[in-house]
Amino acid sequence: MADAPVPATPAAPQPTALQLFLIFSRIGLTSFGGGLSGWLLREFVRDRAWVGEEEFLNGLSLSQALPGVNVTNMAIWIGHRLLGFRGAAAGVAGIVGPAAVLIVGISAGFAALSRFPATHWALDGAAAAAIGLSASMGITTALRVPRRWLPLAIMAGTFVAIGPLHQPLVYVVLGVGLGSIALEYARLRRG
Amino acid sequence: MRGPVLGLFAVFAPLSLVTVGGGQTVIAAIQRQVVDQHHWMTAPQFLNAFAISRMAPGPGSLLATLIGWQVAGFWGAVAATLGIFGPTAILIYGVAVVWKRHQGALWQRALEGGLRPVAAGMILASVYVLLQSLDGGWLAQAIAFASTAALMASRVNPLLLLVAGAGIFLGLHGNG
Repeated sequence: MADAPVPATPAAPQPTALQLFLIFSRIGLTSFGGGLSGWLLREFVRDRAWVGEEEFLNGLSLSQALPGVNVTNMAIWIGHRLLGFRGAAAGVAGIVGPAAVLIVGISAGFAALSRFPATHWALDGAAAAAIGLSASMGITTALRVPRRWLPLAIMAGTFVAIGPLHQPLVYVVLGVGLGSIALEYARLRRG
Repeated sequence: MRGPVLGLFAVFAPLSLVTVGGGQTVIAAIQRQVVDQHHWMTAPQFLNAFAISRMAPGPGSLLATLIGWQVAGFWGAVAATLGIFGPTAILIYGVAVVWKRHQGALWQRALEGGLRPVAAGMILASVYVLLQSLDGGWLAQAIAFASTAALMASRVNPLLLLVAGAGIFLGLHGNG
């Protein structure tokens, strides 16, 4: 039981704001087919160990539940953890800026490219592979859900409601999320 | 400066705050405002911009940037981008600051612990929806599973997997 005040990254060397900007830019520019948050897990937790897995997953939970684009939320969360305001600014600028310039710059080219069926095949293939990024992140998160029946039931219920049953995301997150937080609060008070 | 720059910001900023779990949820709302209400774009123009935003790398919400650019040029793109990303960026930044300041507080651990299973369910559900909507049938699903396994079991560069997925599709369609 020790997730309270322990800082999760012990002595990992600190990145600079420029480094953060460049990493986020690279992810923004190469993430064809989605799965951007999966890239972040890979890059910051697995490869560089700048952010602890628990820390990352806590940020991910909030990014999912709060409004906003998840990957942008995560970029700000990670950037702030590592370098405060400058880190958050570098994160959001990196993930949005270069990709925004690119999409405008080549929108005419994309329109021309989209007339070739080969473009669609290539992007469908990349999108299929990119699901792996989301899926591996989903599995990682699921493995870190406490093995008690209540959290597991909440996870399964959320999945079924949004996935197969197509319930509106906002209501599920509000309803299930608030209930889950209240139950966890009660459990922590007791124990 | 041409076109409704402030109008673009005014359309996208509120939509930003109702985007939960990824940008895809507000596409229909964006279309309603941009095409039906403000007549900034025709329906085919919108569809084209949407297709480009799906093809291009980066967050899917860059659709807003593209719309801003097409409606009102450079400043339109800036206004739309600030609108769709700005309000929620400020919100999550505030949360990140509060989180650091009160690290380990009971309410914070309750939020983290309570939201974790919900987030896991949301991510898995979005994977489920993506798998359902994949173009390319069993082959696409096989690639998705193989790439998941590779990412879980090894430190392979994801970009390599994307290129491989694209290559397999191109190869099979090219020969078939």
